[in-house]
Amino acid sequence: MSKNSILIVLLILIIGGGTYYYLDKQKKDDVVKVGMITTLSGGGSGLGIDVRDGFLLAVKDYKNIQVVVKDDQRKPDIAVQLADKMIQSDKVDVLTGIIWSNLAMAVVPAAVNQDIVYLSPNAGPSALAGKGCHKNYFNVAWQNDNLHEAAGGYANSAGYKNTFILAPNYPAGKDALTGYKRFFKGNLAGELYTKLGQKDYAAEIAQIRASGADSIFFFLPGGMGIGFMKQYAQSGIDLPVVGPAFSFDQGILKAVGDAALGVKNTSQWSKDLDNEANKKFVSEFKSTYGRLPSLYASQGYDTGMLLLSALGNSSISDKDGFRNALKVADFSSTRGKFKFASNQHPIQDIYVREVIKEGDILTNKIVSIGLKDRSNAYVDACSLK
Amino acid sequence: MIKEEKLNLIILLVLFVIPFLAYLFNEPYLTTLTTKIVILSIAGIGLNFILGYGGLVSFGHAAFFGIGGYVTGILASHAQNSEQMFFFLQFDGSNQILFIWLISIIICSFIALLIGYFSLRTSGVYFIMITLAFAQMLYYFSISWPAYGGEDGLSIYVRNVFPFFNTMNPINFYFICFTWLLIFLTILKIILNSSFGLVLKACKENEERVKSIGINPFKIKLISFVFSGAITGLAGSLYTDLNRFVSPSVLSWQMSGEIMVLVILGGVARLYGPILGAVFYIILEQTLGGISENWQFWLGLIIILEVLYARAGIMSLFLKDSKS
Amino acid sequence: MTISLFIEQILNGLQFGVMLFLMSAGLTLVFGVMGLINLAHGSFYMIGAFAAALFAELTGSFMIAMIASFVAALFAGALTELIIIRKIYKRDHLDQVLATFALILLFSEGIRWIFGAYPLYLDIPNSLSSSFNLPFEIIYSKYRMMIILVGIIIAIILYFLISKTLIGIRIKAGQNDREMIGALGVDVTKLYTIVFSLGAALAGLAGALIGAIQSVEVGMGEPVLILAFVVIVIGGIGSIKGAFVGALLVGITDTMGRFLLPSFFSYFFDNASATSIGSSIASMSIYILMATVLIFKPSGLYGGKND
Repeated sequence: MSKNSILIVLLILIIGGGTYYYLDKQKKDDVVKVGMITTLSGGGSGLGIDVRDGFLLAVKDYKNIQVVVKDDQRKPDIAVQLADKMIQSDKVDVLTGIIWSNLAMAVVPAAVNQDIVYLSPNAGPSALAGKGCHKNYFNVAWQNDNLHEAAGGYANSAGYKNTFILAPNYPAGKDALTGYKRFFKGNLAGELYTKLGQKDYAAEIAQIRASGADSIFFFLPGGMGIGFMKQYAQSGIDLPVVGPAFSFDQGILKAVGDAALGVKNTSQWSKDLDNEANKKFVSEFKSTYGRLPSLYASQGYDTGMLLLSALGNSSISDKDGFRNALKVADFSSTRGKFKFASNQHPIQDIYVREVIKEGDILTNKIVSIGLKDRSNAYVDACSLK
Repeated sequence: MIKEEKLNLIILLVLFVIPFLAYLFNEPYLTTLTTKIVILSIAGIGLNFILGYGGLVSFGHAAFFGIGGYVTGILASHAQNSEQMFFFLQFDGSNQILFIWLISIIICSFIALLIGYFSLRTSGVYFIMITLAFAQMLYYFSISWPAYGGEDGLSIYVRNVFPFFNTMNPINFYFICFTWLLIFLTILKIILNSSFGLVLKACKENEERVKSIGINPFKIKLISFVFSGAITGLAGSLYTDLNRFVSPSVLSWQMSGEIMVLVILGGVARLYGPILGAVFYIILEQTLGGISENWQFWLGLIIILEVLYARAGIMSLFLKDSKS
Repeated sequence: MTISLFIEQILNGLQFGVMLFLMSAGLTLVFGVMGLINLAHGSFYMIGAFAAALFAELTGSFMIAMIASFVAALFAGALTELIIIRKIYKRDHLDQVLATFALILLFSEGIRWIFGAYPLYLDIPNSLSSSFNLPFEIIYSKYRMMIILVGIIIAIILYFLISKTLIGIRIKAGQNDREMIGALGVDVTKLYTIVFSLGAALAGLAGALIGAIQSVEVGMGEPVLILAFVVIVIGGIGSIKGAFVGALLVGITDTMGRFLLPSFFSYFFDNASATSIGSSIASMSIYILMATVLIFKPSGLYGGKND
């Protein structure tokens, strides 16, 4: 290839990109623009893809909603820049989509202060629930501690007295163990923080074996949890395991395999929840995307449904009216009951699910309710009424 | 096909004009994006100084980028919350950007002195890896140190204050960064043409010969390393202000890799190479990202083609007298 | 802390170490013989794991899956060498860094394109899923024991391959003087392809062996790649013996650090901060080890020349 031809290719790329960029951002009038920043490439992209698919499924029949989806690569600085772009250049009215707490902490405070409404489909860091709550911030998933609190509550009712708990050494991990301990009344046989991203738990499992615990609670999202569950099953230790739904959700269960069978996990949603909205969601998701929906897909879908309900009852140009309509949460959620606490985080039932096999496919079924109408521990610290 | 000086001038001119065009077409985000390009260019120029001219391939420059970023974030967050920084010292941080720059440069220089002092005993691949090791230590420390948010990072919400300018205005902030770029380009040009620069280049070619004329190459390399760290650290400081946020990801080895890729992509040992590398990289990231979910695949393909066929970086594509 | 727990942790460190050795062996040879910095080595680890997961699902046999991982990575390695790598041997290290960095992007996104964004399933066979009862009440997983054995066997084979066979002598000659062996009529190009593919295949096997107890997902290779670089730098680049010693050192340091440091700090702090500080320092431990080694031995433990 000669230099000239490379130069020409480069120029075409640049000009083509520029044109694309320009056309991409043409805003049509009288439509509501939604910016979705989520993780679509690299590790953890399965979660972002599910949230996106769930959300798009909910809003697909509404022509006056225009959704701009961008990949944050799970990098906080990229997420911040995308938010800047969507606010400054695409002029979006609503932002949503972020999966990870650290990315949410980077984007949300600045965005809501610029009077952009943010609907969180997954992350619920405590900093945004308490003192840092904001009238423009709505969490449609859960406050981060919720599922862990329910696990602690379940451990009490199952009669566990001496639990070994572990989580990665980062803020969400510490929140998880705090959440568990808030409800768990027994003793701790051990408390371990592991390296973020660690996949081999031989050393930790050896400690569990030696600790004399009667049960285990762990929060290890993504690949970390897959590694832990498989190695735990191989270790021959036969103690009951409790965890939040993240390590036992639809997308990930196949990779964990039979090691997950029988494990109790806590979740605000399950595929087998018996309500009309959920049945419709599960069947439509299956027929549209050809796979079973995950927890994240349900959260994306609920976020879309909440947005639709608010747009139906108000106009986006009247921000106060729009916020009030959101706060009423007049939509039928896939999890059944759903309402907002005063800090605009959900009040909902958290279920205990068990991993079972339906034919050849691993999935979850609800066995009990872990916490009924659970709000969150930070309501009083929030100044919203 | 043109002379290098002319190309350099064009690059600066384009960078100068973009924010005005962005303003004209009401595209404020374009200014933000170009600011990012300028900041990454500064980081790349810092690395290129030792990598291109001194032959010292540092795979740990994220350490300086990140420390500069964290110094900025920590000082600013203390100032905003009026929290005392040290229990023995009555000092609440600062949101004065000039002061923050000064502190960032001092601290980054000091850290670079430490890292350089130990790392420069090795060379070649060992040097690549020992610099990586130091950066990784800082990375893991930043993740697990809870005081400033750990993995969640640290938000400062508003940019730090520059006298007479509102830094929250994208164009103002852009020209602050652009001025820094010009300053470093000028300083580096002077240094590279001075006797110090000549000795540094000589260290890359033949260290023994430098020794034989009575100069200690270790000292030369250490000074250059500190200088390089300070430049990259300042870029990190600007980056925190651009995003109003800092997190451990700026200390990760991927960040080191990204800065290095910009330098090599643009053309090693060319003063303006990192700028062109940054322009190219960001444009690809933005356009491919919009077209395909698998954009990183195409990015990889384009970079491979670039390595195989544009051997001395993108700069060389434009130049007549392509030195290899 | 009991003696049995301590020994179990040593075994865990050993197992982690031999796995790192499988990764590092190829990396150190490729660098020693061809002078190539290969950032894409972690991709072969990933390719091996994905191939194993695919064939385990198709055939249900763990043995076939392991062979598939080796063969798939061998082919991927050979193909990469033939199409791209051989064009950049003579280039600057920096060009190699850039090209192999781009290969990471290519392989990772390519695999995600084919297999999707969620992790795949790969589990160990039932016959190995139980544990041994060793003396002193030590209970240890059969599968991990097998990894240790496989790693040691491969280390011995490699050692003989390099010190006793013709190809090994050529490889060693190639490390010392590249032009010379070419002049002696050895087909250098072929030799390079063989060394590169073999290194890739070992990485692929490591990926499959480890993928079975951890997770098979895109991006699994890069953290291991960084560790493998740490290993070969500690051991001295180009030295198989160095890679072996370095791998065991890193494996044991990391495992024991994670195990001992939190309890060590609990003598000074309350439990929560002790575990937090202890695990922070534990995650830095191998980098501290590497920096210390390099400060005292700038070209690693067994590195001959300072290259």
